[in-house]
Amino acid sequence: MTASVVVTGLGVAAPNGLGEQDFWNATLAGKSGIGPLTHFDASGYPARLAGEISDFTAEGQLPSRLMPQTDRVTRLSLVVADWALADAGVRPAELPEFSMGVSTASSAGGFAFSQQELKNLWSKGSQYVSAYQSFAWFYAVNTGQISIRNGMKGPSGVVVTDQAGGLDAVAQARRQIRKGTSLVVAGAVDALLCSWGWVGLHTSGRLSTAEEPTRAYLPFDDRAVGHVAGEGGALLIMESGDSARARGAEVYGEIAGYAATFDGREPGLRKAVELALADAGVTAADVDVVFADAAAEPELDRVEAEAIVEVFGPHGVPVTAPKTMTGRLYAGGAALDLATAFLALREDTIPPTVHTEPAERYGLDLVVSQPRAARLRTALVLARGHGGFNSAMVVRS
Amino acid sequence: MTARRVVITGVEVIAPGGVGARKFWELLTEGRTATRGITFFDPSPFRSRVAAEVDFDPYVHGLTPQEVRRMDRAAQFAVVAARGAVADSGLALDALDPYRIGVTVGTAVGSTMSLDEDYRMVSDDGRLDLVDHTRADPHFYNYFVPSSFAAEVARTVGAQGPSSVVSAGCTSGLDSVGYAAELIREGTADVVVAGATDAPISPITLACFDAIKATTPRNDEPERASRPFDGTRNGFVLGEGAAVFVLEELESARRRGARVYAEIAGYATRSNAYHMTGLRADGAEMAEAITVALDEARMHPTDIDYINAHGSGTKQNDRHETAAFKRSLGDHAYRTPVSSIKSMVGHSLGAIGSIEIAASILAIQNNVVPPTANLHTPDPECDLDYVPLTARDQLIDAVLTVGSGFGGFQSAMVLAQPERSAA
Repeated sequence: MTASVVVTGLGVAAPNGLGEQDFWNATLAGKSGIGPLTHFDASGYPARLAGEISDFTAEGQLPSRLMPQTDRVTRLSLVVADWALADAGVRPAELPEFSMGVSTASSAGGFAFSQQELKNLWSKGSQYVSAYQSFAWFYAVNTGQISIRNGMKGPSGVVVTDQAGGLDAVAQARRQIRKGTSLVVAGAVDALLCSWGWVGLHTSGRLSTAEEPTRAYLPFDDRAVGHVAGEGGALLIMESGDSARARGAEVYGEIAGYAATFDGREPGLRKAVELALADAGVTAADVDVVFADAAAEPELDRVEAEAIVEVFGPHGVPVTAPKTMTGRLYAGGAALDLATAFLALREDTIPPTVHTEPAERYGLDLVVSQPRAARLRTALVLARGHGGFNSAMVVRS
Repeated sequence: MTARRVVITGVEVIAPGGVGARKFWELLTEGRTATRGITFFDPSPFRSRVAAEVDFDPYVHGLTPQEVRRMDRAAQFAVVAARGAVADSGLALDALDPYRIGVTVGTAVGSTMSLDEDYRMVSDDGRLDLVDHTRADPHFYNYFVPSSFAAEVARTVGAQGPSSVVSAGCTSGLDSVGYAAELIREGTADVVVAGATDAPISPITLACFDAIKATTPRNDEPERASRPFDGTRNGFVLGEGAAVFVLEELESARRRGARVYAEIAGYATRSNAYHMTGLRADGAEMAEAITVALDEARMHPTDIDYINAHGSGTKQNDRHETAAFKRSLGDHAYRTPVSSIKSMVGHSLGAIGSIEIAASILAIQNNVVPPTANLHTPDPECDLDYVPLTARDQLIDAVLTVGSGFGGFQSAMVLAQPERSAA
């Protein structure tokens, strides 16, 4: 029997709410964070809407010496980690250093930092490149900086599987806890909204170029034309059930099951769901809500709907995609869905999918427009990464 | 239930000095160096102008024009090495359940070369603040997200199990294989194609390492530029390459009569929680990783026959590491040969951890300790047996290989002859 791994703290930064409470209130109210891009002048690009975090300032929350050496994604990550630790009631300085670790995912690193230093290199010369470029952009930066800020010397790492990474990093944290680490800060934040990052996101071929925020990101809808990109994510404080109990921590719930697959001769999502349910020791009938990946691309929507219907039956389980209010946050999005699932379990409320009118042919019971009250004990969170990555995670209150 | 044990049954290496595990091992055991003046572009604006480049023609190694176009050089390395490792293992992957085959690819800096080139195109050499999307390479998303490396390898080997990129700076190559071993041990996968790749020799990488004086300015003697543990060392030499392995569960490998290179007997990673690039002199966190890896392998320090060091050739690294060996292994550190192959193949960032695993398992196979090249002048603070200049014949049952990376990551892995390691 493997010991349980529980979540005791959440930190959230989303386009429709900074901090767990603001985010949850906005999500229940159906408040969208999608609007015209303002971080840079996007008028010349095909897609011009995004889910931006508009009210975040790192100044005052982080030491000024960190500013020149960090990309926006790292500042967000450090602050979100602080919030998650505070939410869990954990003061890292009081815990044994080697008993704490960090496990994050990243999609493309600190991209705006890289763009600035490449500009310095090519427009001015190599001697103008920041000394911090050697680490400020790379994929491991958020894990490294969180471990330093909080004195965490236990096993730490980074997984990169595009959007599936937000779940894969949490699964890796669960492995570390099962092997004896007491506490892991796990999840993902992504922030790629600079002009070069925007070009990168365009080349996925999946960005919606719709002009109207309410019509731009419509998963499982006949009008689906791709997704809106956003920034943000969530970090979770994960602990062994025993150590959470020992310190009398309030527990959101348990990471009960997980599996990851890769697409091959057939899409692997259904297999990931089946394996995750088996890992959790539950059947489809035990699942009270599914947080969908919700690509809003017709073929990908079809594959996901088929996987859900094959496992749960037509209209067999409530499905939701609150990311319609934030845009897709890449690795951060899967971690945010996980945090949202824990909030939903706590409040016995399924947050809505906004703006979508679900196409009947998908056979989904999509929770649209309004939150739905329901007795929730078990949730399934799905995430897919560009290129064929599928991850599924079962969480339980 | 007995714990599942994980062994390496296939290997392929793409390293400076020649493509293929055989050429790699010849270079190491002959003590030759593959460092040279940079040829990929004009390095004259840079402080450090030496690197360990791979002479690699993707078409010679079976990649199609379409594959070459959509993959960064680092992805090409990974795919070619993955195919080679699977062929070397003799394993018929298509006869297995694809959902029981996983993939892990380590990389520190992803598609750096393609990103650097693409940036120049879309920004008109840095003139445009708002870059021009119409000039972007159609395959840019593959460079933008390093996860494309794992996707390419999974597709090429037909894996449908858990597949991911593992990135922890310069320990990525160890962490990727450690992560893969855990997938087999916990029962999630039966086979994992695991390794690491990086191709960072581009202007932006040179510029950022120049800025912190991490790379050596010894430009007038490129072949002698990488000097780990030498008193005159003054920085590392940037390298590139890949190594990929086939990892299997021991019993199934035995059942099919596979050649077993080594068992992944123990692995651990720890963080120094101190500085993104700096190291504390005492090596405490690397020592902790070593101790935990030995515990996992159920071995004592005295079981270690050879230490494959990180040995980057920076002043602080080599002292830090020497301290970590003494702290974790005690007196046995003084009796154990320690060497750094970075003296010969340079430091390929996220790839080197896997390339060093390859060196370690070949050392076990051949009972030869590869030397540390260019080590002529002792450093009083580095006072272990670093096997200077010449390879050494010696029975080797167990190797400790370590890595240290930006971000504070410290990783250690114990590789052993499965018959002779503790069951």
